[in-house]
Amino acid sequence: MITGAELSASIDKLLALRKEIWQAFLDTFIMLGISTTVAILIGGLFGVFLFLSSDRQFLQNKTLYAVLGGITNFMRAFPFVILMIAMSPFTKAIVGTGIGPIAASLVLAIAGSFYFARLVEQNLREVPRGIIEATESMGARPFTIIKVLLNEARSGLVLSVTILCISLLSFSAAAGMIGGGGLGDLAIRYGYYRYQTEVMVFIVIMLSIMVIGIQALGNWVATRLDKR
Amino acid sequence: MSDMIVLNDVTKSFLSDRSIKDKNGKPHWFTAVEPTSLTVQQGEIFGLMGYSGAGKSTLLRLINLLERPDSGQVIIDGTDLTSLSASDLRIARHNIGMIFQQFNLMSNRTVFDNVAFNLTVAGYPRADIHKRVMDCLDIVDLTDRASHYPAQLSGGQKQRVGIARAIAPSPKVLLADEPTSALDPATTRSLLTCLRDINEQLGVTIVIVTHEMSVIRRLCDRAALLHQGQLLEVADIRDGLIQATTPIGKGLVHED
Repeated sequence: MITGAELSASIDKLLALRKEIWQAFLDTFIMLGISTTVAILIGGLFGVFLFLSSDRQFLQNKTLYAVLGGITNFMRAFPFVILMIAMSPFTKAIVGTGIGPIAASLVLAIAGSFYFARLVEQNLREVPRGIIEATESMGARPFTIIKVLLNEARSGLVLSVTILCISLLSFSAAAGMIGGGGLGDLAIRYGYYRYQTEVMVFIVIMLSIMVIGIQALGNWVATRLDKR
Repeated sequence: MSDMIVLNDVTKSFLSDRSIKDKNGKPHWFTAVEPTSLTVQQGEIFGLMGYSGAGKSTLLRLINLLERPDSGQVIIDGTDLTSLSASDLRIARHNIGMIFQQFNLMSNRTVFDNVAFNLTVAGYPRADIHKRVMDCLDIVDLTDRASHYPAQLSGGQKQRVGIARAIAPSPKVLLADEPTSALDPATTRSLLTCLRDINEQLGVTIVIVTHEMSVIRRLCDRAALLHQGQLLEVADIRDGLIQATTPIGKGLVHED
């Protein structure tokens, strides 16, 4: 059991670190915000084209599907830590530095994009083919058909964004390696390297609360949007 | 009477299964529609009838080029659809409504929005859409369900939404792919009445695919009897009886 004295000592340690903890929160939010947004845009676009170029869809094209699928598989095969190192020249060229939360966001965004692309492809595959056909039979433009597809798949897509966001939160713990900061990084530096178990426990609890919150929000929105 | 739909020697085959090869090692092609010519008059209700695998659904889908024929022409209201560019084909399709066995309504849009969607696609004037949607829902007797989602409707109601959606842009042709096969007999009867009314009041030419002889007898003016991708004959329907003359045709007709 933890005694009262031990508990208050732990709280003191956490309070002494409040600036670092606050900064870690900010860094995590920056990384999550940027990477999730970019991944939804790039991954969404990629996923739509993956789906449309697949068999029996209206952009059906074996070569295109193989190329898009190949890129997706290749990018997803990278362990995140290696991707960070491999991408550092690229991040340097784009944001001027290979380290820090913005550089880490970029790596997270790329990893997230290809992860999300597959999720989008899967979600679109679940839209009944008849609905696409009905839309085609009305004489709808391809762009309109894509809008219908996304609208019919919307509740699954929201759940996929939820999964993406939580995965990126978890990936971001490794961003400390390139000075990305964030909660995961803080837990490793103080909780693990400096044996401050209370910091580790506190941050893990915070991360859990964030995951629970994101998932609950995602479930709520998805249910509201699902009229099937 | 003028010709609304003319099929000129249309054919269609599908690559049935990549794994099945013939003795020359070539993949096996399945012929769904043998060379078929057919004319449907303006204002007619025309049936396509046959057992499963007779090619009736494929033949129907050739009419709006959901399936492109391997050869032959599809002429709707004087225009050869097979010669059109992609964008001209889209415009031509505004003139050909379609309803489906599984209804194929958009589940995340209300009944109103499902009907309005087709009007938007067809370029209907924005300001008139609300009135037109309500008029069409009135024709199928569903004005009180306008704000419902398809999941909240019965099968018969869903199909009536399908009809309202299909006729909204005032098409000249309505294609019906087994529209009653997922419905019970009572619902089927009321749906057939609905289709009959639409044909009489709006003058829409209807082509209906079905395997139910009773649907043909009650609804159609003429019916094409199909067997294994071949058109056996086009039979007249008089006094609720199908006047088949070929042996297989007679067999088909007397099945039930």
